[in-house]
Amino acid sequence: MPSTLPDTRGYFGSFGGRFVPETLIHALDELTAAYGEMKNDAGFKEALNIRLRDFVGRPTPLHSAPALTRHVGGARIFLKREDLCHTGAHKINNAVGQVLLAARMGKTRIIAETGAGQHGVATAAAAALEGMECIVYMGREDMDRQRANVLRMDLLGARVVPVDQGSRTLKDAINEAIRDWVTHVATTHYVIGSVVGPHPYPMMVRDFQSVIGREARTQMQEKAGRLPDVIVACVGGGSNAMGIYHAFLNDDVRLIGVEGGGLGLESGSHAATLCAGTPGVLHGAMSYLLQDGDGQVIGTHSVSAGLDYPGVGPEHAFLKDSDRVQYTCATDSEALDALRLLSRAEGIIPALESAHALAEAAKVARELGPDAIVLVNLSGRGDKDLDILAQQK
Amino acid sequence: MKIDETFARLRQRRETALIPYVTGGYPTLDDSMEHLGVMASHGADLLEVGVPFSDPIADGPTIQHASETAIGQGVTLDGILTALGQVKIEQPIVLMSYLNPLLAYGRNRLFSAVQKARISGVIVPDLPVEEADDWRLAAQAADVSLIGLAAPTSTDERIRAIARQCSGFLYCVSLTGTTGMRADLAPELDGWLARIKRYTDLPLAVGFGISKPEHIRALYGKADGVIVGSRIIDAIRRGEDLAGLIETLKEATRSTTHVDLDANQRNR
Repeated sequence: MPSTLPDTRGYFGSFGGRFVPETLIHALDELTAAYGEMKNDAGFKEALNIRLRDFVGRPTPLHSAPALTRHVGGARIFLKREDLCHTGAHKINNAVGQVLLAARMGKTRIIAETGAGQHGVATAAAAALEGMECIVYMGREDMDRQRANVLRMDLLGARVVPVDQGSRTLKDAINEAIRDWVTHVATTHYVIGSVVGPHPYPMMVRDFQSVIGREARTQMQEKAGRLPDVIVACVGGGSNAMGIYHAFLNDDVRLIGVEGGGLGLESGSHAATLCAGTPGVLHGAMSYLLQDGDGQVIGTHSVSAGLDYPGVGPEHAFLKDSDRVQYTCATDSEALDALRLLSRAEGIIPALESAHALAEAAKVARELGPDAIVLVNLSGRGDKDLDILAQQK
Repeated sequence: MKIDETFARLRQRRETALIPYVTGGYPTLDDSMEHLGVMASHGADLLEVGVPFSDPIADGPTIQHASETAIGQGVTLDGILTALGQVKIEQPIVLMSYLNPLLAYGRNRLFSAVQKARISGVIVPDLPVEEADDWRLAAQAADVSLIGLAAPTSTDERIRAIARQCSGFLYCVSLTGTTGMRADLAPELDGWLARIKRYTDLPLAVGFGISKPEHIRALYGKADGVIVGSRIIDAIRRGEDLAGLIETLKEATRSTTHVDLDANQRNR
């Protein structure tokens, strides 16, 4: 089922496609062609693998978490340690791939959007590595919330452009990056940070992230002699989740995606797009959206900036409607508790995003009992969240 | 009046069509309807009304601001359609909306409301030709034009496909970028319009960045229409004399001795 999707027009079932201004279509065609060529090019693959090994630090470990397992009291819990990637999260897997592709396409200028700053930092690092100009759009409010990442991007030679439009967060940073791209499309490659946007982005970002699942599959066989029963990942746009799911889509493995439940679904203050949204078009693709009855995209809330987004990747929309993946959400306070639990139990401070997956994994592990195995994608580390944690005290 | 009749009549009079744009609901719904009336009685040949959207990726700051203001007041597509159904304007009105508000409204419901409000055409800037089939059929059934957009980055093959599926006029995006006022026209514009003409006989209306009478004069004989958006919104925001502005812009669509030569050449 999964390997043949999307179709040539970028559809996963009825989700995906390309809903962008005509000006960008040619660039998307060029990108699709270049990516299709590079994907099978031995030179490109080798260059990418060298970067993933020596720059990103792959393969990342699979950590058996005995103390967490004991504490939760149920299934054995394993952690895929994407938090150990260079720059602190899985985002770099995709950034390195796309920037390398852009360089080979002869583009000279890299743009990106960022919410929490993780994708911005990853793209800035990848652009520095390839010696390319890099501009990162970031909502003013996110810049205030994530000072350290703004400084990191600056050190890495990127220019961070504040976005004062709309919600002044990720959604509007993406709008502004698309506007930049429309204007400088001939010289510029837009590194989208998640499995969202017009075709070929959802496919391409998934492919660059699918290294997570391929490694985890082999590592599970090595460490446990079998595949896990359940895989849990957090879902904002959904790139770490697609990355770990992809290698397991045809296996008898239960897949769970955890969205930002904010103050709870009933509060209306959340970012649980698949749990509470409806189909629509945002940022170039047909997918689920948080919108009002008039088709206006509505504001979201999550304690985790990386999940605070009213859209979601179209492949997730497809996996939801085809019942292959079960989507749920964890609230802010459940995520904060899970973050504290993992920190104490295993000596690992997870990103608030990943803590949403941990919260759900603990519930599932308790239900399943000791013979089962639950694999969690620990997509990032929590250093960036210290200010937020300090405020929660 | 029908869009093609308007262009045919203007061709005879050797005038470029002036197509001013307002965001429906900016600064209020009543104001925007009143502005349409003023523009219609001072020289507008067609009128374009934008539906506000939370994420207008093809628009620059001026129209973004208008859109945000309108949404902030609770203006909706349904409200705009109802209001348009009540305005008494002879000139054709075209509706511009991003796709998502239209999806939320529902395709069949939309075209029946559009027809009822006597709206002549619909422009959807984030609906590329590949995705437009169902929309085009629904528009045809309601006798409404689905107006396509072509961009300087469109390949010849795409221009042909867009023109084939489009009716009313072809919206030619003058530059690679978002809407908004610019000092000058894009230098490649003449060549780009000449390229489109190889593939279609549809009237060509040029938009994005058209804000001054000299822009309009420079396009005389090269385009059949000019769409002026951000300049109008800016005038409304500043409280400028809208009637006077429309008259000045309309004046620039008429031939002068100098450009008559171009027009003669075109008609030969």
